[in-house]
Amino acid sequence: MISPKLVEVGRHLNVNIITNSEIKSVEGEPGNFTVTLVNHPRYIDPVKCTGCGECARHCPVTAVNRYNKGLDDRRATFIEYPQAVPLAFGIDTDTCIGCGLCENMCVAKAIRYDDVERESVLTVGSIILASGSQGYDPSKLDFLGYGKYPNVVTSEEFERILSASGPYRGHLCRPLDREEPKKIAWLQCVGSRDTNKCGNGYCSSVCCMYAVKEAMIAKEHAHCDLDCVVFNMDIRTFGKDYEKYYLRAKDKDGVRFVKARVHTITEIPETGDLIVRFANESGQIQEETFNMVVLSVGLQIPETSRELAQKLEIDVNKYNFVATDPFTPVQTSRAGIYTCGVFQGPKDIPSSITEASAAACIAGADLAEARGTDTKVIQIPDQQDVTAETPRIGVFVCNCGINIGGIVNVPEVTAYAEKLPYVVYADQNLFTCSQDTQDKIKEKIIEHKLNRVVVASCSPKTHEQMFMETLEACGLNRYLFEMANIRNQNSWIHSKSPALATQKAKDLVRMAVARSATLKQLNEKVISVNKQALVIGGGVAGMNAALGLGKQGFRVVLLEKESSLGGFSRYLHHTIEGGDIQAYLNQLVAEVLSCDNIEVLTGARVVDFSGYKGNFTTDVLVGPQTEKRTIQHGIIIVATGAKEYTPKEYAFGQDPRVVTQVQFGDILEEKGAKDMSAVVMIQCVGSRNAENENCSRICCQNAVKNALIVKKQNPDTNVFVLYRDIRTYGLMEDYYTEARNLGVIFIRFEADNPPQVTPSPEGMLVTVKDHILQQNLEIQADIVVLSAGVTAEDTSDLCSIMKFNRNPEGFFIEAHVKLRPVDMPGEGIFLCGTAHGPKLITETISQAQAAASRATTFLSKSEIKLSAITAQVDTEHCVKCLTCVRSCPFNVPVFNTEKQVIEIDEAICHGCGVCAGVCPRQTIQLNYYEDDQILCKIDALLAGGM
Amino acid sequence: MGSVNGKKSGSVMVVGAGIAGMQASLDLANSDYYVHLVDKLPTVGGMMARLDKTFPTNDCAM
Repeated sequence: MISPKLVEVGRHLNVNIITNSEIKSVEGEPGNFTVTLVNHPRYIDPVKCTGCGECARHCPVTAVNRYNKGLDDRRATFIEYPQAVPLAFGIDTDTCIGCGLCENMCVAKAIRYDDVERESVLTVGSIILASGSQGYDPSKLDFLGYGKYPNVVTSEEFERILSASGPYRGHLCRPLDREEPKKIAWLQCVGSRDTNKCGNGYCSSVCCMYAVKEAMIAKEHAHCDLDCVVFNMDIRTFGKDYEKYYLRAKDKDGVRFVKARVHTITEIPETGDLIVRFANESGQIQEETFNMVVLSVGLQIPETSRELAQKLEIDVNKYNFVATDPFTPVQTSRAGIYTCGVFQGPKDIPSSITEASAAACIAGADLAEARGTDTKVIQIPDQQDVTAETPRIGVFVCNCGINIGGIVNVPEVTAYAEKLPYVVYADQNLFTCSQDTQDKIKEKIIEHKLNRVVVASCSPKTHEQMFMETLEACGLNRYLFEMANIRNQNSWIHSKSPALATQKAKDLVRMAVARSATLKQLNEKVISVNKQALVIGGGVAGMNAALGLGKQGFRVVLLEKESSLGGFSRYLHHTIEGGDIQAYLNQLVAEVLSCDNIEVLTGARVVDFSGYKGNFTTDVLVGPQTEKRTIQHGIIIVATGAKEYTPKEYAFGQDPRVVTQVQFGDILEEKGAKDMSAVVMIQCVGSRNAENENCSRICCQNAVKNALIVKKQNPDTNVFVLYRDIRTYGLMEDYYTEARNLGVIFIRFEADNPPQVTPSPEGMLVTVKDHILQQNLEIQADIVVLSAGVTAEDTSDLCSIMKFNRNPEGFFIEAHVKLRPVDMPGEGIFLCGTAHGPKLITETISQAQAAASRATTFLSKSEIKLSAITAQVDTEHCVKCLTCVRSCPFNVPVFNTEKQVIEIDEAICHGCGVCAGVCPRQTIQLNYYEDDQILCKIDALLAGGM
Repeated sequence: MGSVNGKKSGSVMVVGAGIAGMQASLDLANSDYYVHLVDKLPTVGGMMARLDKTFPTNDCAM
């Protein structure tokens, strides 16, 4: 998943990657910082290095492989991993013996033994700190035996063990004897939720999820029925749909979850097996033997990040996470410097990505007036039309140093290529991807009037775009290009059979040449972008999204269905950190209303919608008079919010002494807790049950927040929280600890044996089975507070008009849960706030700013180039069977009932080719992958006599 | 590159090239700002590039 992002940053004209470097100092002010960097030596020139790997293959020195967490070795000349960006090797001088072999072997002359540390100075307007975390080092916790017993590994090591590119090539085995384990234990909260032994009082927020995942993947890898046990205090699968994944692991895959904190691990020396000694829920000490133990290590801020914060004079909290305010989650204590990801606080990948976009939004807004002043633009010459010309193909065969040339007879392949139909030029290169070869290709295109280019080298995944740009730079259409992968799919895998590899290279080149002759020039349609945005929903999410865009200089129309702005936050008082929500809301509304770029329409209802990215049209009825407005806009941000679940449970609505947490917040605000003698809170009301399998994420912290208010106002009030798992993730764990210290009593109950609430004139009698005492407890309470979950707003009307997809719980579905958490599947449409899923106000603000950032990537362009790789329908021969309509994963093909034809809008087609594949009459063709263009490759292959 | 005479710079520095740093860089670069993406390691990718598969889709992290 991360590979495409690596390639994208690596190739982006306006991202300058500076590796092996650290900040030395930052001077100046927001908008105009002078940053001094220390550039550590790499000893290999990344510009000259082609990543061929000959240096590492000949390096005689063995070093510990940091990428595989020290579980295997690498050379002193190394690359972190095969997909690394930049794809350039480096020398680890701690182990290098300076033998000179790599220098002798490097055909690109990239080795620099005399490389030295340098300093460089850059001017930037904003700075974003995203230096992340490292896994907690458990060797300090001697009772776990890490470092002493080889079969006790960290979760980071276990990730590498499971990985196909890991030390054991993805085979599940334990380090001691490489035997496949039959029984593995995971120990949760190692380096987290532990103020006693390690000082990290916070919850790392990710370990429960990765432990569940690792157990499931390990079961998949195992050849036997692997027994997986996760020892935990609480399972905190609080994210969107995460609970369903946990239930799948527990109920379908048979992963066992045991509530216990482990006392010690000891090794059985004869077998290397491990005895795990733990206290069960009734306090009895038990033992169980495992073949392997995985320590679920928490996220820890490295010392280097703490020093960085100190250097930059930025405040950090007691755990060294950057100190931020609940209402400005990416703003550090120093103006112009922002933060995101785990340096901001423990969080998972989607939240890190969301926050990164939020930081981009705020950092960019500071510099809106300077937008485009530092960026580079490629000048592309006018394109020549070669449609009528006979193909004149040029073939460039790559030696890739000796990666290909050492196995395949490249001169023979080149001579063979020269004789193929339509080939007018063929030559070989040492490295076809190098800059000087690009210049040579351009020269040859002009000299030989080439109108098709074939490169026989490596993977189009990494290199196709670059070669296409070379074609474009001399006026040739980029789609007149084809690659043959004679390295990854040939020389690397047939290195022991050079003659056959040479033959296969010829076959691959013949196929590529045949296809290239059939290629057509394709033109990417250019559409203009309407620079106005439409934001639907005027709560905290919608208002922050609107402001994010307004401050970047874009016009925004903000729709709110109610008569005033604010959404659900109007009913909330404080964040758990003590932030005053009403004060914040008033200031936010004032800022929105005074922003010249934002037009607010209250009492607004969407009644019609059409268009595609860059050019949408929405009709809205506004106000009591239902005045119709037609809005033209380039993007949409959906922020329709959510509300508190209205309980059907525990006599809610029948007895005034049963209230929800939000209602209880009102009571505490109005009357305080002085008259309360006993309060019982019941968790997971309307969540984690048959009707709603998901966790509502916010209720545990809500209970802890209100319990703390009660205890601080009236220490004599008895407060009981009846729970299933306490999910105060991240830094909120400190408040849970504080609540226990102040005497709040937490009692766990089983889902199949929930508490009973019986109203009586004396009070509410709550009965719950205590899992430690194994007997029923009876509590007489003045008030029963239900931690009611979060329910999506009813958006069925909006969805039927705008065709947005929702999950069964009514929350909108994002384009990708991991990598595109604020994009919706339709391009130009973004999502934020509780309309996406339950979340806290701080998280809502981040996500809203993120949605604004994602939208800005569209709105900052005057026009968008659409992909030329789209499906085309031959309407004359189409029999209108509607197979394409039913098969398209993006619902693009539609049957136009007026014209009686199938239409595929190229502005929204993703070019996946599913429709072309399923069409029974072959009347749909995918540009660049037409049937003939594929079949001719097979013909060419068979023509070789296979 | 950068500012002169107190004018604002159109460049941003992102420190740390893990998934968060890369996303911030791409958003900014795609919104017409120039980005310097700094990392202390020889490659971008950060912690996510060291994972096997990811929760909850079980997609390959790489």
